[in-house]
Amino acid sequence: MKDIKVLGPGCKRCQATADMVQAEADRLGIAVTVEKVTDYAAIAGYGIAATPGIVVDGKLVHAGGLPRAEDIAAWLA
Amino acid sequence: MSTSCSLPAGKPTNVPNAALWLAATGALVAAWFVVYSLLQPFADWIVGKLAFEPGSRLEQAAAFFVYDTPKVLMLLTLVVFAMGIVRSFFSAEHTRALLTGRREGVGNVAAASLGIVTPFCSCSAVPLFIGFVSAGVPLGVTFSFLIAAPMVNEVALGLLFALVGWQVALTYLGFGLGVAIVSGWVIGRLHLEGWLQDWVRNVRAGAVDLPDVHLGVADRLRAGLDAVADILGKVWMWIIIGIAVGAAIHGYVPVDLIASIMGREAWWSVPAAVIIGIPMYSNAAGIIPVVEALLTKGAALGTVLAFMMSVIALSAPEMIILRKVLTTKLIAVFVIVVGLGILSVGYLFNLLFA
Repeated sequence: MKDIKVLGPGCKRCQATADMVQAEADRLGIAVTVEKVTDYAAIAGYGIAATPGIVVDGKLVHAGGLPRAEDIAAWLA
Repeated sequence: MSTSCSLPAGKPTNVPNAALWLAATGALVAAWFVVYSLLQPFADWIVGKLAFEPGSRLEQAAAFFVYDTPKVLMLLTLVVFAMGIVRSFFSAEHTRALLTGRREGVGNVAAASLGIVTPFCSCSAVPLFIGFVSAGVPLGVTFSFLIAAPMVNEVALGLLFALVGWQVALTYLGFGLGVAIVSGWVIGRLHLEGWLQDWVRNVRAGAVDLPDVHLGVADRLRAGLDAVADILGKVWMWIIIGIAVGAAIHGYVPVDLIASIMGREAWWSVPAAVIIGIPMYSNAAGIIPVVEALLTKGAALGTVLAFMMSVIALSAPEMIILRKVLTTKLIAVFVIVVGLGILSVGYLFNLLFA
């Protein structure tokens, strides 16, 4: 079970990112929990300067803008 | 506040299609020039078909609308596409690394300039602010970035270039940067770090360690196209409304009226323009076609630029977002300093180009 956190204050783009991660995980048959982190202090704690950010099992992999499906697949692998 | 939320710079794809992307882009740009050159005859033909009374006000307004709408949308597409490619070379994290620990002065200049090219989305304003300040970017330098990023953007510059001319676009660029640099520097000098919200001062962010991505030609061209789809998709409606209002001003508003209210002789018009502009919230897309119409009706350029900057750079929604990280006192200082900066630009401009 991979633990995914999507960092973002809750804009449309952050929701789209969370949906993309879930969809990609479903496609690959990888079990994940996708949690949205919307608290500004918590987001800031990860050290990013642009949202949405993605954290996989505690490791920051992406910051700023929508990710691409093929990149998500690589992070989940 | 800008609506431009650039899509991500893509990550590496399969390299071999770079040639295909380049060829396709070349073909599209060529097609763009052909269509663009046909706009005037096409507009003349349409307006001719509509059988208005020749020389009537309605005809003038319609001619303006029918020609300017596609022209502006096309020029904007080209500018946004180019900017999308430029932005794929930058990221907020990279910009932050460039600005961390930078001295004030040089830092303010660098921050304002980077504000133009760094992908910036208004919904990222708060994380960006905290991310910068907690990583050791001085407060004033952070403000220079946050003032320049929404004010001097490709939509504003592209529209000014399309509607009013490159001289005014360059002037706006120069004065916009000037306001961002000086305002940020002044806020830095005031040493207001204590006026941040308490929790912001306690954030201790670790260094980020994102994998370095290598982008190919195809990725950058795709980033340009993404930017066009994203930004044009958001602003086209504003542009059409703005041009319709501009067309109405062109056809119906008498020159004397605008010249007496917004002309150079009316000294009070600059502060009035700034104060009226602060609570107004529009983006560059909606305001610039109106600006163009006002200019042709005898409004002074400095007054109009001040109005535009005030509408775009200072807005109520932005204050509400910043309220999460800044105390009300600091927001007040921010509004006053930036407002005074814009005011000076307006006066200076009216004076220099009298």
